[in-house]
Amino acid sequence: MFPLTLSNVCVRRREKSILGPLDLVVDQEGPTMVIGPNGSGKTTLLRVMHGIERISEGTAEWAQPDHANHAYVFQSPVVLRRTVAENLSYPLFLIKRPKPEINTAVEYWIERIGLGKVANRSATRLSGGERQKLAIARALIRDPEVLFLDEPCSNLDGQSTREIETLLLETAAAGTRIIMATHDMGQARRLAADVIFMKSGRIAETGLAPDVFHAPETSELKAFLKGDILE
Amino acid sequence: MIRKLISATFLFVANMAQADTLKLAVTTSFENSGLADVLLPEIEADLEIDLQLLVVGTGQALRLGAAGDVDAILVHSRASEEAFVADGLGTHRREIMYNDFVLIGPKSDKAQIGATSGAAESLQKIAVAQATYVSRGDDSGTHKAELKVWQIAERAPATFGSWYNAVGAGMGAALNTASALNAYILSDRASWLNFKNKGDLALLFSGDPVLFNQYAYLPVNPAKHPTVQYEMAMQLEEWLLSDKSAALINNYQINGETLFVFNGQQ
Amino acid sequence: MNDITQGLLAALRLIVTFDAELWEISLRSLQVSLTAVIIASAVAMPFGAFLAVQRFKYRRLVISIMNALMGLPPVVVGLVFYILLSRSGPFGVFGLLFTPWAMIIVQIVIISPIIASISHQAMRELWAEYHDLLISLNTSKWQRIKTLIWDGKRNLLTAGLAGFGRAIGEVGAIMIVGGNIEHATRVLTTAIALETGKGDFALALGLGFVLIGLALFVNISIHWLSRTEREGRW
Repeated sequence: MFPLTLSNVCVRRREKSILGPLDLVVDQEGPTMVIGPNGSGKTTLLRVMHGIERISEGTAEWAQPDHANHAYVFQSPVVLRRTVAENLSYPLFLIKRPKPEINTAVEYWIERIGLGKVANRSATRLSGGERQKLAIARALIRDPEVLFLDEPCSNLDGQSTREIETLLLETAAAGTRIIMATHDMGQARRLAADVIFMKSGRIAETGLAPDVFHAPETSELKAFLKGDILE
Repeated sequence: MIRKLISATFLFVANMAQADTLKLAVTTSFENSGLADVLLPEIEADLEIDLQLLVVGTGQALRLGAAGDVDAILVHSRASEEAFVADGLGTHRREIMYNDFVLIGPKSDKAQIGATSGAAESLQKIAVAQATYVSRGDDSGTHKAELKVWQIAERAPATFGSWYNAVGAGMGAALNTASALNAYILSDRASWLNFKNKGDLALLFSGDPVLFNQYAYLPVNPAKHPTVQYEMAMQLEEWLLSDKSAALINNYQINGETLFVFNGQQ
Repeated sequence: MNDITQGLLAALRLIVTFDAELWEISLRSLQVSLTAVIIASAVAMPFGAFLAVQRFKYRRLVISIMNALMGLPPVVVGLVFYILLSRSGPFGVFGLLFTPWAMIIVQIVIISPIIASISHQAMRELWAEYHDLLISLNTSKWQRIKTLIWDGKRNLLTAGLAGFGRAIGEVGAIMIVGGNIEHATRVLTTAIALETGKGDFALALGLGFVLIGLALFVNISIHWLSRTEREGRW
């Protein structure tokens, strides 16, 4: 599977360049936090890595392509208009796993994210935090090798955020490669093993978390960490 | 869902069994007279066939016969019938019975068509008075009869003004329009007697021989359309010419009035 | 207004006395229209979903044509199919003319655009919602269509009922290809046309009220059935 190599990747929409050109090599370590001001291209980068964004130039290649084993959590949780349990079982149903196996997995994950009481409620009636936990559980239910998350906690309260961060750390410890975009610097510090800092559609700086946070190299990152608004 | 599919299939299968079905195209005037309701049960009992009546205008009846979509037709438009046979579309033409047309109009009868010497003179008066008139305008037997009378009166409907309304519809619909417009109209007697929306209209003129209306039966030519049920059609013709049929036709009444006169040659 | 009261009374009389002919033509109306809706939906709904998820070159054109076909005049459809199904026509050999199946066929043609259009609209909205997720989960085209249809079934039901409404009220086309033959192809709408033509407005109105009642009954039953199926799902 690894490494994922992005070479000279550019993404253009309507003549405007929104990402790149950039080069990046993603290896097996992690979790990786992608930080940067709004509009810097974090979401686009994640989507390119996951393979759901069309690249205008350049290549993004895995050493061993195996897309079925990635999962993605969107900033705004997408739930199917079905029950919580059915949402969870959907990814397994797609790959035709046998019913008993599906039921076991659903039961496990429902408990893990604490939605046991609402298992048969329509997912559209959950709160924002519950939906996002559902989305993450649904992403993890196929035991993916890579999990992309796009600012999953941006609209959530403190408790939900904490629960999700705990879940993510456990998941990372269990071997899932996590690549996550966030604008919460505290969260970045709590979760990151390494960091990618983006600005204006390009990668401005990368490095291990301790290095990047305590000794940023570029002036933009210094300013960003200080809390300045970057143009 | 499954049940619906099954009943639908059943419908389908049930309709494939058309072996003993005879399709007869008849005119709206004939249907409106109510005579069909009297004859049909007798025919089906005596001949043991399923007689399906398609009630359409004369023009459409001839068209259906020409296409082979019906097995025989019963219409009342001699010239068209003779052409039908001459073109090889029907095997022959057999007269069965006749009734008559009547002139209907508002009770006030401003054009005074009631006491005239003939149908042509009555229509003349309508044209002169430019009284509102409703015509079938659909090339039916009734319409053709109307045009014939206009011809005798030496008037051309093409030259008429807006008082002349050609509606292009069946007898019932045309009568509805006449009732709504309080207009004059030529109708077959049976349709008029059975019509339930007379409004302010009344029967004003009748009896002129030119208004007699001959019904004829024409089987569709099997040489042209091998799929038509020719034998059954001939059985029906035989029945229609029988004494029993003659009695039923001659004795048929609406409100104590007889309508049809049987004149089939056996 | 008197006519309307007469009509209501006529309707009641027919129903209460279990008028045999009324039952026969009502049943036939339902059979023909329900069959047409089921078959039309089986084709039009997946088509609507397909149009929502598949991008292809003339997609916009197809959508425009589909919407335009909603305005297809039913009587013209009837005439065209008469010519096609006539003994003298290309499909005469099947002997479908003047049978209920001819009526079902023309109704399918007439209602398919409506069902397809409403389905497509519903599927399009749902696809906008599910788009990222379903692509991320690596679903096949067919899996996407099935998921959209299943999750959008309430709106699809609306599409089906719209088609049914159009079908049960149809008269022009089925008059031409059905022939309004008593005990064979007569349905409520053609019977109404017949009685109106005879000037018997009371009976025609009576039949009309029965028809309205029937349509309402079907609509309400379907909604009731689907609501009590599962709590809190809709």
